[in-house]
Amino acid sequence: MTVTTSSNAAEPGLASPAGPAAEGLPGAGATAPGTTAPTAPGGDGTAAHPGTATGASDAPGTVAEAPAPAVRTLTLAKTINESLRRAMREDSRVVLMGEDVGQLGGVFRVTDGLLKEFGPERVMDTPLAESGIVGTAIGLALRGYRPVVEIQFDGFTYPAFDQIVSQLAKMPSRSHGHVKLPVVLRIPFAGGIGSVEHHSESLEAYFAHTPGLKVLTPANHADAYWMLQQAIRSDDPVIFLEPKRRYWDKAELDTTAEPVPMTGARVVTTGTDCTLVAYGPMVKLCLESAAAAAEEGRSLEVVDLRSVSPLDVETVAASVRRTGRLVVVHEANTFVGLGAEIAAAVTERCFYSLEAPVLRVGGYHTPYPPARLEGQYLPNLDRVLDAVDRALAF
Amino acid sequence: MTVDSAAGAPTAPAPHSEGDLVPEDFPSVQPPGGHPDYVQLLTPEGRRVEHPGYSVDLSHDEYRSLYRDMVLTRRFDAEGTALARQGELALWASLAGQEAAQIGSGRALRADDHVFPTYREHGVAWCRGMDPLSLFGLFRGVTHGGWDPKERNFHLYTLVIGAQTLHATGYAMGVAKDGADSAVVAYFGDGATSQGDVAEAFNFASVYNAPVVFFCQNNHYAISESIEHQTRVPLFQRASGYGFPGVRVDGNDVLACLAVTKAALEHARSGGGPVLVEAVTYRMGPHTTTDDPTRYRTSAEEDEWRRKDPIDRYRTWLLDAGLADQAFCDEVDAEAEELARRVRVGVRQMPDPEPTAMFDHVHAEGHALVEEQRAGFVEYHAGFADATPATAAGSGEGR
Ligand SMILES: Cc1ncc(C[n+]2csc(CCOP(=O)(O)OP(=O)(O)O)c2C)c(N)n1
Repeated sequence: MTVTTSSNAAEPGLASPAGPAAEGLPGAGATAPGTTAPTAPGGDGTAAHPGTATGASDAPGTVAEAPAPAVRTLTLAKTINESLRRAMREDSRVVLMGEDVGQLGGVFRVTDGLLKEFGPERVMDTPLAESGIVGTAIGLALRGYRPVVEIQFDGFTYPAFDQIVSQLAKMPSRSHGHVKLPVVLRIPFAGGIGSVEHHSESLEAYFAHTPGLKVLTPANHADAYWMLQQAIRSDDPVIFLEPKRRYWDKAELDTTAEPVPMTGARVVTTGTDCTLVAYGPMVKLCLESAAAAAEEGRSLEVVDLRSVSPLDVETVAASVRRTGRLVVVHEANTFVGLGAEIAAAVTERCFYSLEAPVLRVGGYHTPYPPARLEGQYLPNLDRVLDAVDRALAF
Repeated sequence: MTVDSAAGAPTAPAPHSEGDLVPEDFPSVQPPGGHPDYVQLLTPEGRRVEHPGYSVDLSHDEYRSLYRDMVLTRRFDAEGTALARQGELALWASLAGQEAAQIGSGRALRADDHVFPTYREHGVAWCRGMDPLSLFGLFRGVTHGGWDPKERNFHLYTLVIGAQTLHATGYAMGVAKDGADSAVVAYFGDGATSQGDVAEAFNFASVYNAPVVFFCQNNHYAISESIEHQTRVPLFQRASGYGFPGVRVDGNDVLACLAVTKAALEHARSGGGPVLVEAVTYRMGPHTTTDDPTRYRTSAEEDEWRRKDPIDRYRTWLLDAGLADQAFCDEVDAEAEELARRVRVGVRQMPDPEPTAMFDHVHAEGHALVEEQRAGFVEYHAGFADATPATAAGSGEGR
């Protein structure tokens, strides 16, 4: 499936699909915070409403905001911020949690200003405990809330690993579908920002390997904005991997545009000689590679996966049938990485169309190195073009 | 402090009876007469006060060297902040304001004791005899650590909050199994106390009666989150829930930190089991050089803590007591400048690692895939060196 048509997109702005606790819930979904006090999301009317202000200065609804223009040039971080704001305005059950997400606005400022607008009941600075954060998000989801969790950096997701893979991913099937866990974990991921240890990890394969989780990673502003809307609206747990090295990139965002669906790959540029497949931070590199290759008369097609799980293999296979060659590019080390899955899946589908083995460009089988070596570790233009050369040499 | 000498070599303690969950011999309960909130031997004004549970008795040289330790540590730490601002370091986690907690506790250690630090323990490293330069590699991005923990019994900096408290506890369990009388200290912050790992470390240490001192520097913030975001209970009181003593000390008072840590170490070494020390202090600067504290705290609060500065109060006392004179302080300042210069030059000259260094030490006994990738990496980059295009089979990508 490609995303040029929004076949499965629920319209942002409409009420969320009713979760288990949303039944009989007047006001849930579309109540502007602070205007009315809708009934408790728990369904039995006993829980305090999340929008109830405790501190007068942080009272939701006291901030008078002029409506923002529909088309603006924003950084990716600000784009995600706008997406969160919209989701929170549209559904009072959406709550944010994480370390430093409140007053600081997150270490990347992605949640900047949201505490001010929605108050501490909906923007929660949590204790410094990732297992605790994800575990309590599960509990809040069981109670009818829709928690959006920020894990501060990729490398600090691991302390929550058990809650994510054993609980968040499995509770819905364990309950034969009686339980839905609409939890989004937002994780700034991957490298390229010259940081210290544990701040540049690529986790996608761990979570894609886990049934029950959806794993998304947007590569551009519009996707980040709309995919996050869909993820928050989704009744499934979603791991939302934000390419942190793109946080400061600026682009135009149209908040009135046709929403794009949450999953499904997209052909970003068409070409005839070789397909490059990437996701998240590597899409931009592949587009640059395609532009560089074009100068040498080579025509590369670039496919952005957008969603790592579910994986839209058919869009990739269709591209390979056109070009006959495939190079998969990701930052994570290649061994047992996503590239291996794509290579196998494409080989099964289009063995007779392939002119060359599927090649991978990725990290080495080493821990993510210290910052001064990340330039050697990360895929770059030379390495991508070298792989294309090798594919074309067959 | 008296320690129950009958305890002998550390063994698992006998099951507790009701009422003796906190050993009686450790002065963890705040006694009358001292500072109502914590153990203090030196007031913010630089006045010596007595405490019935804790005392220090040092030589004049030792008193002076505590001052030197604090001033030199503050100076090379400030150089770290400056180097980060100049782009020489990716970031720097400053200990400014926490010198007394670190030097006091660090100087309480014996050579055979072991330290499991977080990433801000530059003063403790100094006390262990680490070359300060070796701490900078991680922040410059040339290494994830790099030093041999066995050389100074100073283990690697740990960036994953709280993880090292379990390592310290396990290490202490090993010390006890060996019948050795060393002690182990785990350093961590107030934020870390929220982690499951830290709770598990407390419990393991208690259950196995491990000779480990948990030294928490409560500097009031975990990045932007104030201590109220982490706990409703004074941190030192946590210990009693696990069945070991906890004590709160003025973390800006180097003498009190020294005395309390020494007592805790002796307690641990002589079979008494773990102790939690909560040093109440304050992080004067940002969390790291990438942080902006104006978003979450007031300058009034910072000013209030500046008046409790650990170095100022100690200098006042040293001079008043005639233990040092201005000439001595000037000498220390000059030495600090020289150290800062050495750090500045050393950091700037720190070479980038060889690119193939990332393939080193991934496994103790080697790994075929890593070696294959190393060979492919070398061949690929050799191709650039003679400017001939890489061969089709050469790069080892993805294999
Ligand atoms: C498991 C984990 N989660 C999050 C982080 C990001 N982080 C780095 S330092 C820090 C605050 C630590 O506060 P505290 O334990 O009080 O120590 P301090 O830095 O104040 O000395 C956070 C949240 C981390 N390093 N590790």
